[in-house]
Amino acid sequence: MMRGCSSRSKLSQNQDRAVCMTNCPTLIVTVGLPARGKTYISKKLTRYLNWIGVPTREFNVGQYRREFVKIYKSFEFFRPDNEEGLKIRRKCASAALNDVREYLTEDGGQVAVFDATNTTRERRETILEFAEQNGFKVFFVESVCEDPDVIQENIVQVKLGSPDYTNCNTEEAVEDFMKRIKCYENSYETLDEVLDRDLSYIKIMDVGQRYLVNRVLDHIQSRIVYYLMNIHITPRSIYLCRHGESELNVKGRIGGDSGLTIRGKEFAKKLSHFIQEQNISDLKVWTSQMKRTIQTAEALNVPYEQWKVLNEIDAGVCEELMYEEIQKNYPLEFALRDQDKYRYRYPKGESYEDLVQRLEPVIMELERQENVLVVCHQAVLRCLLAYFLDKTAEELPYLKCPLHTVLKLTPVAYGCKVESISLNVDAVNTHRERPANVNVQRTAEDALQTVPPHL
Amino acid sequence: MALAINISTEHKNLTQTPLLKIWVPWTGGNLNRRRGSSVPQFCNSPTMIVMVGLPARGKTYISKKLTRYLNWIGVPTKMFNVGQYRREAVKIYKNFEFFKPDNEEAMKIRKACAAAALKDVALYFTKEQGQVAVFDATNTTRERRAIILSFAMEMGYKVFFVESICDDPEIIAENIRQVKFGSPDYADRDIDEAMEDFTQRIDCYRASYMPIDDEKDRKLSYIKIFDVGSRYLVNRVQDHIQSRIVYYLMNIHVTPRSIYLSRHGESELNLLGRIGGDTGLSPRGQKYASALATFIKGQKIIDLKVWTSHMKRTVQTAEALGVQYEQWKALNEIDAGVCEELTYEEIQENFPEEFALRDQDKYRYRYPKGESYEDLVHRLEPVIMELERQENVLVICHQAVMRCLLAYFLDKPADELPYLRCPLHTVLKLTPIAYGCKVESFFLNIEAVNTHRERPLNVNITRNPEEALQTVPDHI
Repeated sequence: MMRGCSSRSKLSQNQDRAVCMTNCPTLIVTVGLPARGKTYISKKLTRYLNWIGVPTREFNVGQYRREFVKIYKSFEFFRPDNEEGLKIRRKCASAALNDVREYLTEDGGQVAVFDATNTTRERRETILEFAEQNGFKVFFVESVCEDPDVIQENIVQVKLGSPDYTNCNTEEAVEDFMKRIKCYENSYETLDEVLDRDLSYIKIMDVGQRYLVNRVLDHIQSRIVYYLMNIHITPRSIYLCRHGESELNVKGRIGGDSGLTIRGKEFAKKLSHFIQEQNISDLKVWTSQMKRTIQTAEALNVPYEQWKVLNEIDAGVCEELMYEEIQKNYPLEFALRDQDKYRYRYPKGESYEDLVQRLEPVIMELERQENVLVVCHQAVLRCLLAYFLDKTAEELPYLKCPLHTVLKLTPVAYGCKVESISLNVDAVNTHRERPANVNVQRTAEDALQTVPPHL
Repeated sequence: MALAINISTEHKNLTQTPLLKIWVPWTGGNLNRRRGSSVPQFCNSPTMIVMVGLPARGKTYISKKLTRYLNWIGVPTKMFNVGQYRREAVKIYKNFEFFKPDNEEAMKIRKACAAAALKDVALYFTKEQGQVAVFDATNTTRERRAIILSFAMEMGYKVFFVESICDDPEIIAENIRQVKFGSPDYADRDIDEAMEDFTQRIDCYRASYMPIDDEKDRKLSYIKIFDVGSRYLVNRVQDHIQSRIVYYLMNIHVTPRSIYLSRHGESELNLLGRIGGDTGLSPRGQKYASALATFIKGQKIIDLKVWTSHMKRTVQTAEALGVQYEQWKALNEIDAGVCEELTYEEIQENFPEEFALRDQDKYRYRYPKGESYEDLVHRLEPVIMELERQENVLVICHQAVMRCLLAYFLDKPADELPYLRCPLHTVLKLTPIAYGCKVESFFLNIEAVNTHRERPLNVNITRNPEEALQTVPDHI
């Protein structure tokens, strides 16, 4: 933080927001040669910011180009002396910036990620002027990498599958793409410590070995820097599962801190076998501090770490009640919850929105780690899954996370591969769908329509 | 982490530890054998943070602040200032000549001091369960850093360098004014003499100063801080604790500002001697809110941010100020679980054992279905981080929360924290100065109940109710 720099506070609209994340909208601008991970970073960052509640969208100029120039012929399009190509590319950048403006000023966006090479100072100047005119803060994210292995791997992972290369074989595609990179190399002006000393940026070198961070202006930029410094691309898998079936589960009661049923213990045993068969190197195991996840982890016979923040959502006054009892004693609350399950907070309890905020350090640490098994709870699992699979706040509370099922997440290309493995031990269903009638005057029948069966 | 014992796969019953409320397998009481760690595993091997930089670059400021932060979040950390060792070895400081590079005798002493400090670092890690040691010295030559690196390698410690680089003469002069004039080295000097001497002292180091080299030292883990945080270079962060350290260092600043801490105005439940809950202000509490508004206006603070919790009593208090404020759920009062809204008398009657356990270890004790002070610190960490980023802030919160925040700023240890005095209707103004924090306390002259319960003499579970309730403050 600069000495004597005080962020000019333009007040945010929502006074109840936990932290005033941004004063004016922020434009994140990627910089770097092709195949340096700009789109990977853009997508990941966008996903993270949306998950923590900052409306963010990415604008990939390559996409605009593909819509404009229906068919990609070859790298020649990118040659610096291809006037026609340059005209089109400039147009695409403008169109993208226009959409950025609309998103940030009219559509309620707070952060826009402008994903393009932006390798010349001239292009970056244009963007800076645009941002100044519109009152946006600019933060550059430059990715610099000269390791040929990393670049090759990038190309294989994401370029070969690109619409540009659907009709080429692997060798042709790689060759063309290498020539494409060459087109940019000569005119590439990296962010300079002296010339660009007044800009706000992070320069990521060699996939995170080293970072140069300049003039972080505010909270959101600080969080972005922290996030970017914690992510990595080492291949690994994350295993998510719930505790084994619990005593309260079979009674149809929510929350509480009960132990496992016999079937739950059976699951724990099978989980142990499953994990052993997976042959995972250096697996970390995390649980909450509630009895049922710990009992499950104990069966694995390996060290594990208990996180209080992985505890199930606090249902406040509704703790240990059945849905039928909640309907009977708190029909209004029950209806309100169905109206907005993400934001609804139980009296003296929490909301899914609160849960996301308390799980943020877990996500950050999951990003740092490699192979991890997280044994947690239904609402918690939904939140974590929503982060990895980029689910919206509306979808999040209804994600299906059944008992006795392990989800194996493996990062691949720009997203996450999910494998759902049921360990074949019966358990109650604890998933309650949104009923058709969410009105506060609905009948008890309407309210309880989707409650899963229990003892 | 290799498992030292073989436990059969038969399910051990779990039992909940009475104080921390942590579920552990019942292994006949031998808690050393449990696999589940309930404390976040920040670091496996001990870590040495090694400062690098010319004098008056903020190394000691950073060292002390970092040490304070790490201890507060629960990572046992200690600072080792080589200058201190030097002052003990050479009782009286004459002048800068001691630091001349050709002063052989002094060189010997200085090397010996560094070695003594390193020895103490090893003792701290092996005998005192320390996890992080901050080695505060100039460490400006590659030679000196090489000695430290081989020491660390031999002992199995991780090393993370923090280099502070600054050439702005104003900042350096300000540093010297703020902290060097008060130093024991200059106790008998007048300002100009001291300034002159210190400037020459810096020159002694300058010729042999070799900053960490981005090429030659690319295998090392370090952060370089340029111009008080305008720019950072971060290389090879190895683990979680180094990542947290980098994040913290990138968020602190030295811009002068003040932090105001206050509790909500007296609440209805306060009057009744009941803990927790979510009630509104009493009439006196309302008066306090107005008085607070007047006080704040009188302070004439630029760009004040106001933060409250999500609970009615803090929000009501803030409303009286007539300015924008932000609500943080993380600032909510400690959750007393099953004891919410009870009086101490009722807690004693219904949960006498819990009541005693709490008095035995108030910091770590977790209410059944509630929280502990330790949990509170964990949830307040983002608040502290944001307070570090901000400038002038007024935080309207609660007794336990305020104790945690105050402990961070005033470097109070865990056993003092839960007993810090934070009376109602009193504003604490904290202003960073030199290496610490100046505190000014303003009682706004509106009477309120006392909510501070001291630790009673008898904390044994077998004590009688009288002894338990000995220190309960008066209420309706």
